[in-house]
Parts: sequence; C-alpha cells; structure tokens
Amino acid sequence: MSDHSHETTHESGEAHGSMRDYVIGFVLSVILTAIPFWLVMARPLEGGITAALIVIFAAVQMVVHMIYFLHMSPKSEDGWTLTSLIFTLIIVTIMLAGSLWVMYHLNTNMMPMPDMSQLP
Amino acid sequence: MHAPIPETYSPIFGKLSLDALPLHEPILVATFAVVALGGIAVLALLTKFRLWGYLWKEWFTSVDHKKIGIMYMILGLVMFLRGFADAVMMRLQQAMAFGGSEGYLPAHHYDQIFTAHGVIMIFFVAMPFITGFMNFIVPLQIGARDVSFPFLNNFSFWMTTSGAILCMTSLFVGEFAQTGWLAYPPLSGIAYSPNVGVDYYIWSLQIAGVGTTLSGINLVCTILKMRAPGMTLMKMPVFTWTSLCANILIVASFPVLTAVLVLLGLDRYAFTNFFTNDFGGNAMMYVNLIWIWGHPEVYILILPLFGVFSEVTSTFSGKRLFGYTSMVYATICITILSYLVWLHHFFTMGSGASVNSFFGITTMVISIPTGAKLFNWLFTMYRGRIRFELPMMWTVAFMITFVIGGMTGVLLAVPPADFVLHNSLFLIAHFHNVIIGGVLFGAFAAINFWWPKAFGFKLDTFWGKVSFWCWVPGFYLAFMPLYVLGLMGVTRRMRVFDDGSLQIWFIIAGIGAAVIALGIAAMLIQFAVSIWRREELRDDTGDPWNGRTLEWATSSPPPEYNFAFTPKIHTLDSWHEMKERGCERPTSGFKAIHMPRNTGTGVILSAIALAVGFALVWHIWWLAGAGMLGLIATAITHTFNYKRDYYIPAETVAETEAARTRQLAAATGA
Repeated sequence: MSDHSHETTHESGEAHGSMRDYVIGFVLSVILTAIPFWLVMARPLEGGITAALIVIFAAVQMVVHMIYFLHMSPKSEDGWTLTSLIFTLIIVTIMLAGSLWVMYHLNTNMMPMPDMSQLP
Repeated sequence: MHAPIPETYSPIFGKLSLDALPLHEPILVATFAVVALGGIAVLALLTKFRLWGYLWKEWFTSVDHKKIGIMYMILGLVMFLRGFADAVMMRLQQAMAFGGSEGYLPAHHYDQIFTAHGVIMIFFVAMPFITGFMNFIVPLQIGARDVSFPFLNNFSFWMTTSGAILCMTSLFVGEFAQTGWLAYPPLSGIAYSPNVGVDYYIWSLQIAGVGTTLSGINLVCTILKMRAPGMTLMKMPVFTWTSLCANILIVASFPVLTAVLVLLGLDRYAFTNFFTNDFGGNAMMYVNLIWIWGHPEVYILILPLFGVFSEVTSTFSGKRLFGYTSMVYATICITILSYLVWLHHFFTMGSGASVNSFFGITTMVISIPTGAKLFNWLFTMYRGRIRFELPMMWTVAFMITFVIGGMTGVLLAVPPADFVLHNSLFLIAHFHNVIIGGVLFGAFAAINFWWPKAFGFKLDTFWGKVSFWCWVPGFYLAFMPLYVLGLMGVTRRMRVFDDGSLQIWFIIAGIGAAVIALGIAAMLIQFAVSIWRREELRDDTGDPWNGRTLEWATSSPPPEYNFAFTPKIHTLDSWHEMKERGCERPTSGFKAIHMPRNTGTGVILSAIALAVGFALVWHIWWLAGAGMLGLIATAITHTFNYKRDYYIPAETVAETEAARTRQLAAATGA
C-alpha cells in the first residue's frame, strides 16, 4: 500500500487518444464546419432552415469534440467524465429553460412598455 | 451627511482624492483609530517576537491543507467580528429610532451597514468557515496526504482574503454599496449609485469568487481522485459526501455569479444597458440570474454542516449513522433540487400563477430530503449512548432551531403567503433562523469537535457551555421578535419607525443581540483559556472522542504527511472498524514521502489582484493595466518554477512515527 504515490495514479483509465482518433476528429470537424459555410454562401435553402441546420451541425460538432478531443466515454475516469457531462447538461438545461420560461412570463406581465428597439 | 465625491479625475489617482476619506463621520474615524492602533500593536508584537519569517515560511506560503484550513477559519472569525459589529449597530439604531428620533446613524451610513453585514456574513464568514472545514477534514477523512492541487489551494485562500481586504478597505476609503447584499439594479446601476460603493462590492466578490471557484474544483478533484484504496463512494464518510456535493454546487453555480457581476460591471463601466431602465435593459434578468446562483449558495453553506452533524451525532451516540445510504441520496437530491427553486426569492416580481406554483411546489419538495436527514439523526440518537459534550449540545440546538426555521421556510414557500411576508422582517427572521441555527451552530459544533485534531488539545468545557447558553437563548431572543414584527407587516432595512407600539419588540431583539455578544465573548475566552491551559487539556491519543472516521487514526495535530502509510479501507467508519479489529499501528518499514513544496506565488498573485481591484474601483487605469500585466507575468514565471516538490526522508518519517509511538504508549499507560 505504501507504493501508492501520487505520480502513479494514471492506471485509473484516463484515455489518451491515438493519432487515428485525432485525425478522425479533425476530419469530422472540418466537414461539419464546411457544410454550414457552404449553406450560408451558396444559399441552397431558405433562411430559417439554414439557421436550424447550422445549429444542428454545431451541436453535432460539440459531440465530436467531446468524443475525439476530450476523450469522453462511459469508461474513461471510472465514468466520471460522462457523469459530470450529464450533470452539466441537466443544470444548463434547467438554467436556460427556466430562465426563458420565467423571463417570458415576467416580460409579458410586467413590461407593458413599447418595444424599445422601435424607438428612434 | 456624506458629501458626494466630486467628479474630479486625476490620471494618477483616478477618482481617488482626500475627500474619499470619511473624516466627517465620527463613528468611522473612531473605528479607524481603534483598528489602526490595534493593527500597529499587532505588527509591533510580530516584529518584536521576530515572527515574520516564521509566519511567512510556515503559514502564508504553506501548501499544507491543514494550515490553509486553519487560516480560513481565522479569516472567517475575524470577519465574523466585523459582521457582528454591523449587526449590533443595526439593532441599536432600530431600537432607538422611534417617536421622531432619527437614531444615531445617518441614512447613508445605515444603508452601507446592512449591505456590508449581509455580504460579509455570507461571503467572508460562512464561506471561509465551510471551506476551512472542508480543507482541513476532507483529505484526512479520505486518507490523502494533501489536496489534488496544493498550490491552487494556497492561491484560493489568498484570493478570498484579498476580496475580504478590499471589502474592508471600503470602510475607510470611500464607501461601500448601499444597495442590500445582492445589489439589485437599477439601484446598483451607475444612474442611481454613481459613487464607488457598488464597485467595491463587484470587485471584492469577483476576486473572492476566483478563490471560491478554484477551491471548489480542487476539492471535487481531491474527493474523486485521492481516496484511499478500498474507499468506494458508498464507504465515504458523510462529511466527505456532503463536501463533494457542496463543491459540485460551487463549481456549477459560482460562474453564474461571476457572469452576472460582469454584466453589472459592464453597465457601470462601459455604459451598456443590460439591467438599466432604458434602451431595452431589464433589471428583472439580474434578479433571475443572481438567484440562480443565490439559491444553490445557501445549500453550499448548509450541506457541509449537515455532514458535520452526521459525524457528531454518530460519534457521540456511539453508533453507526442511521440510514447512511438514505443520507447520501438525500444529499444528492438536495444538490439537484437546489437548482429548481430559485424563483421563490421573487414570487412577487410578477411571473404569474403558473410559474409561482411550480416553484412553490419544488420548494416544498426540497424539505422532504432535509426532513429525512433529521429523522436519520434522531434515529441515530435513539437507543444510543449519548454523551452531551459540546459538539453534541450544538447539534441538538441545531435540530430544534433548524426545524423551526425550516417550517417558516415552508410557510414562505406558499406563494399567496409570500405576497404578505415578502421583504418583511418575517423573512429576515427565517433566514437567520436557518443560517445561524444551521451554519453557525454547525460551525461551532465542528470547531469544538475538530479543535483537538488541529491543535492537540481539547477546548475548555466551562466557557464552551457559557457560550452555548448565551448563544442559543440569545438567538431566540433576538429573532423571535422579528417573526412577530414581520407578521405585523414591518419591512426589512428600515432606519426609522413611526409606530411607537413596535419599539418594545426591537428592544427585545436588541437585548437578544447583547446576549449573543456575551456568547461570542465567552467563545473568545474559551479559545484563550484553552490555549493557556493546553497542557491540562492535552490529548495524546489523537482520538479524544472515540471517533469513527479516518481523521482520528492519526496523531493530533497530524504530521504534515497525515499518514505514514496510506490506509486500506474495508468499511464505512473505517477507524472504528480498525479499533474493533485491534489493528496494530505500523512501526517500521517507512519510506520517503513525496510532498509539495511551499511557494509564495499565491500571496504575490493575490496581492496584485487586490491592487487591480482597488485600481478598478477608483478608475486608476494605469495601475489596473500594470497589475493585470503583473498577474500574467507572475503566473507565467511560476510555470518555470520546477522546484515544486521534495521528499521527506524515510529517517525523518521513522523519527516522527517513533515519537508518536512513545506518545501513544505514555497516553495509554497513564
């Protein structure tokens, strides 16, 4: 038990990605970035759909980064990376959705003033 | 009255001029004289006894989690005296200002006092106390040698201290915010608070917030990665569990506070309009955001103390904690639920019936896991062999007081009732009921419980009991009248009153504050007497209370490396189990121990951060810029410091442990 010094705690499953992982991640990121650029520059679709698609590509790209660059998987670090990701998602969802919900009601009920952006 | 600071601007001193010194307020001048004389006396004594080198080498630059924990406690105690002085001044003012009397505090001063009282008590008293406990206890309880990032720990402490110093500076240079402790805009915006008070508020909280966030990350990492082999999550002591959840809350919620203060700062410095009345600004967004931080914050404060009560109850009942698993799950439930209730702080702002009902119900739901915890403590005591030592007395006082506070909290959680009680003294009574009854009583239980571990001798019982019997009745005397006044409709933060029939309640509350003052005095006497009589109160066993968790396995005070061998864990209450099995202390085969080296970088960085904060408050741009560059340069320079660690030679470890063996033999032989 005395051999449990601090430098030797690497065996607990920290993933250090291989070259292959980084290349896959990089190529996927480039593709996922290039498509939205093309969507905006060539305008094959109408505005609303383009915006929605860009958001979707951004979300997918975040997942790519987490898997290939941050090495998140259910196994790494005894599952703590995934647990903390899920916790973060729950908290961020509560904060964003809650704030939007609360502020929508507050604005509707308490801000009967004219829309300021329309004023000169 | 306070003369407004003239709008003169000098490129060297910014807005700072001699007018910023409050020479026209006799109370402040007298306070400054006392503080200055006391400060000079302390500095002279330190110089006379040549303690500077010792303090710098052994304490200020220390990366030892135990010393940093003790320094957090000292910071909390000093700031507690300041915060309590504010409380006494408010009680005195409110007891006097009747029947046409203006009291003795001008409005400008009174408004700063109630703001400073709240800010100091939460950020610079309660937070240092719980961080101090977690720093000191957690590594010992999990069998670690230090925290994950020892330098970061030292840096966090000094950033918190810098924030506290900046906040205290506002007493004598300029002014503090007059906005209430959460600085709601538009009052805290530049249009209504054009002077430096709110800037002091913003920058002292931002600097201290860096420390708090980093120490949260540090402790989460320590608990997840540095537990002794065999200590699975469900074998972790309850205090470590509650610390883990509290630190997760810190990491998840403090960034929100930082962000919202950045936005308020932009409104004040860059004339943006996030929270102003004009140009599409919305002050309600500030209230919404700050309570998304603010509600988890109260659970950050109380959760570690729930852990303390669990440890104390099971130790002094001589039993395993009842319902350990349910305690852990209740803690996790509270952690998540604490993010779902923030709107109950502003039911009356107008979000309507559907939103209010949702948050009212979640608020009531959160009392269920808390209630489960209370029943667990009661069932732990049931049929236990209870020893009413001081920590246990504080725990019982907590159970009674906190239940009352919790029930008034559920009353406030009913939105229609909240429309009557919002912003009244009923609310003030409620949150003092839970914060004093929970956080402070818990802190006192913890101080009495772990003091012998930190210093090697117990605290004096007589003065401890005097303090207890002043504090607890004093608390009821001081805050029960506020419930009555609140139900009669008296609002908070009032400076003068017209209705003479209310005065008697304020006088009773004032007497209560005086009794609490006696309790604080008795506690300081308790510390002094215990240090004086330390040889009589000495504990050589390292386990004065017949403890159950790992921190009692080592000597008191623990050696800097905590454990010569990392213990192996088989059960919860591992030290209790080791004692049952009659485990032998290893007395040979010691190896060199790898330890982090002290560094002064944390002190230097925090001192520069303090200068930057002061410069930003007073718009001294050259100093702020130079300071920022200094911060970056110092941080980069520190990365080239390769002398981060050293080894305690095996012989030194063997000597320390041999001394410990002799001490134990003498203690058990006697």
